[in-house]
Amino acid sequence: MRLLRYIAGRLVVYALVVVFGLTVLFFVPRLGPTDPIEAMLAKVASQGAYMDASQVDALRQSLADTFGLSGSLLEQYWAFIKRILLTGDFGPSLSMYPTPVMELIMNALPWTFGLLLTSTLIAWVLGNFVGLLSGWKPESSSSRVMEGVAICLYPIPYYILALVLSILFSYIWQIFPLTTTIRGAPWSWNLVTSILWNSFLPGASIVIVVFGWWVISVKAQTTALKEEEFVRYARLKGLGDGRILARYVLPNAILPQITFLALQIGLMFNGSLITEILFDYPGLGLLIYTAVLQGDFNLLMGTISLSVIAVATATMVIDLIYPLIDPRIRHR
Amino acid sequence: MIKVDNVTVGYGTTAFVKAVDRVNLTINDNEILGIAGESGSGKSTLMRAIYGDFSTGLRIASGTITGRFARNGTGAVTEAESHDFGQLWWDQISYIPQGSMSVLNPLMKVEKQVVDGLPKRERQGNRAELRRRIATFLEGFGLEESVLDAFPHQLSGGMRQRVLVAIAAFVNPRLILADEPTTALDVVVQKKILLMMVEIQRRQRNSLVLVSHDLGVHYQITDRLVVMYQGKIVEAGPTAGIFANPQHEYTQTLIASLPRIDGTRAEARR
Amino acid sequence: MRILKLFENAPFRLYLGLFLVALFVLVGAILPWFAPADPLVWYTTPRNQDPSWTYPLGTTSLGQDVFWLLTWALRNSLILGLLVAFFSTLIGVFLGLAAGYAGGWLDRVLSFLMDALLCIPSLPILILMAALFGGQLALPIVGVALVLFNWPYPARQVRAVALTMREREFVNVAWFSGESSVRILVRHIFPYIAGWSAANFINTVLVGISTESALAVIGLSSAQQATLGTMIYWAINYQALLAERYVWVGAPVLAIVLMFIGLFLVSSGLSMRSAARRMSV
Ligand SMILES: Nc1ncnc2c1ncn2[C@@H]1O[C@H](COP(=O)(O)OP(=O)(O)O)[C@@H](O)[C@H]1O
Ligand SMILES: [Mg+2]
Repeated sequence: MRLLRYIAGRLVVYALVVVFGLTVLFFVPRLGPTDPIEAMLAKVASQGAYMDASQVDALRQSLADTFGLSGSLLEQYWAFIKRILLTGDFGPSLSMYPTPVMELIMNALPWTFGLLLTSTLIAWVLGNFVGLLSGWKPESSSSRVMEGVAICLYPIPYYILALVLSILFSYIWQIFPLTTTIRGAPWSWNLVTSILWNSFLPGASIVIVVFGWWVISVKAQTTALKEEEFVRYARLKGLGDGRILARYVLPNAILPQITFLALQIGLMFNGSLITEILFDYPGLGLLIYTAVLQGDFNLLMGTISLSVIAVATATMVIDLIYPLIDPRIRHR
Repeated sequence: MIKVDNVTVGYGTTAFVKAVDRVNLTINDNEILGIAGESGSGKSTLMRAIYGDFSTGLRIASGTITGRFARNGTGAVTEAESHDFGQLWWDQISYIPQGSMSVLNPLMKVEKQVVDGLPKRERQGNRAELRRRIATFLEGFGLEESVLDAFPHQLSGGMRQRVLVAIAAFVNPRLILADEPTTALDVVVQKKILLMMVEIQRRQRNSLVLVSHDLGVHYQITDRLVVMYQGKIVEAGPTAGIFANPQHEYTQTLIASLPRIDGTRAEARR
Repeated sequence: MRILKLFENAPFRLYLGLFLVALFVLVGAILPWFAPADPLVWYTTPRNQDPSWTYPLGTTSLGQDVFWLLTWALRNSLILGLLVAFFSTLIGVFLGLAAGYAGGWLDRVLSFLMDALLCIPSLPILILMAALFGGQLALPIVGVALVLFNWPYPARQVRAVALTMREREFVNVAWFSGESSVRILVRHIFPYIAGWSAANFINTVLVGISTESALAVIGLSSAQQATLGTMIYWAINYQALLAERYVWVGAPVLAIVLMFIGLFLVSSGLSMRSAARRMSV
């Protein structure tokens, strides 16, 4: 029952957070000194598209709809929220007219999630392994070297690392492709290798930084846990190092990191956006960038709203998973 | 079974801090030996040296601790110094640590923690059988089978301490070292656990060393008593004898300061 | 190996970090005054010079001195980071204390606000703002937005500390002995929070500079001001990579990396320290 109440509570907070985020999005265009619609029309005009007055008016009306600028403020707000939450409809893309924005987003999301999830997972496994070992034997020189490396890697922003990697491995040694071009028939082996090949550098930039973080935090956890009585007790039971690490230290070291991960998702998402842009990786980040460059405001509003919803959802999922993993919360 | 021969134990490698000073002691087969003494008198240090736990800078400066263990079934005899007792842990020797709050892994069910580290001989049969045997064993401690599926935080302090005693006893070793197993528990629970320990010892006919600063505890269950003071053994002998006629000044003040010796001696009811 | 061993104890970490940060702060605070010409202005130097005595880091293809450009960029990035951190910490500590100490509905509202802001990704919102407000954001606007997104980090931590503090013995003693709330806050609670807040402050400097740079690298931050991020953007945009002028890109990149390592060392050193202090109480 407690668990159910926890889940229900968390879901309510999640709904509130999403509405709050969308509210922020609703007000941002209204804060600026310039009228976004006129700015946008100017942008479209400056790109050389010729439109006669009636076309301009039609566009102005459709933009007003997108931003929910018709009616009183309250009506506008209600229409805006309803439109996003109930219908998930962001209208057609202006730069890739008439493809619906939602379709573009749905094509891009798997790339972003695939890249983020895979690299985070790889980094997590590697980081736990190295962090655990170097926390267990902090005196050994290899663990000192590892910690030094991690300390130098972790503070580097993803996009800086992405830049460095692309300078090193795409410009100086031309090993990996500079920009992403995925080739191959659907479901073919070629396609798979092409995806892996093109995802290597963007993935590596995320893996390396996240790896640095996990090494640092798991090592700190392990060093603290080693002094815990239950670890001492396990040792006095005559259990081997491997077993103690796997069954006593590791689970207890991982748990507190999960809540931290929930806090970190937003920042990780920020980083991956820029990484995608730098590598032309066809995910949400690139889509946002395209929208900005093309002045495609439907697409912009759609991608940004979805980013907010996606990050809030990921945070909630982690929060919901946590009590399932931690028995101290599951069975109270 | 264990012979402690003129042993000095302390901490630190560069600056050696003495905690146990030239102690001689024998632990016999089939007995409950009590070790008494105020906090800081070196009881835990001595226990750790006997158990062979040389972590956190613990070191034997001089003297030897030797053990002789006869296996239950085969009668094969193992002789070793306490430095090499590691191979006998949770087989011939087990240990009940001081304080129960954080000794159990918070993320592991009790059943798993009983089984983890159990020697092969006690593991016979499939998992269901083993579980049944553990459940029956715990029943003797007044613990229901559901405790097996509980996580430590779901148990009360007294229950956790009983679980710790049960984990050590289920190993069915030749020697159990218990370091303040009942400190910080209320008197009723304490007494229950003590009686259980006596019962198990009488059944397994092994040796139990019980450390406690509380003389009342020793009065209730130990056969023989050793009193430590500032790292030295100041008095040793049959428990009844010491209580009737304490020789050392320190023991006399200890006994005199007991408000009232409550409970009958378990030995009397044997 | 000896050097690495020193990472173990907080002070060394702290000192190494402080050294790095101080170096950058000095470079960013003092050197810009000595720039021979405004490094933002094109063609004040010959174009595409390799590093030499006159041009320590060479010049850009637009005839700007990379070294002086870097000092200006450093100054602006630092000012932005410090101001963002200052106001975030100020607001965060204040609201965190209010939430943790007052409890009740105020706590609930503030906690929700913190949680909500923490799971809204700041960069997309900044991108949206940039796109809406004419393609580029002026630094003060970036700064205000960053403060809005970053105060919840210190606030959460301070709230947690304030909550445990409320239960602490000595606070109760002070309470019962009739000390006023304000006095209790100042005398007993602030000293505890100070360490964590300092660590948080440094961390926010890092996040602030990093987020602005992210925005700048894709060309959405101010084009009127040099920051570390815009410097990278200009370099990439004016084909420094294709022309193999790696020092031009490399200088701001290396500056960011070293400064961030320094900032991280300081903040983790500080929190290690206050963790140790808290345990010894
Ligand atoms: N890990 C340790 N390192 C250094 N000194 C210790 C350590 N453990 C105990 N001591 C010291 O050894 C002496 C004996 O302690 P201990 O054996 O724990 O006594 P008791 O169990 O009788 O209370 C004390 O002076 C104590 O400070
Ligand atoms: Mg002790």
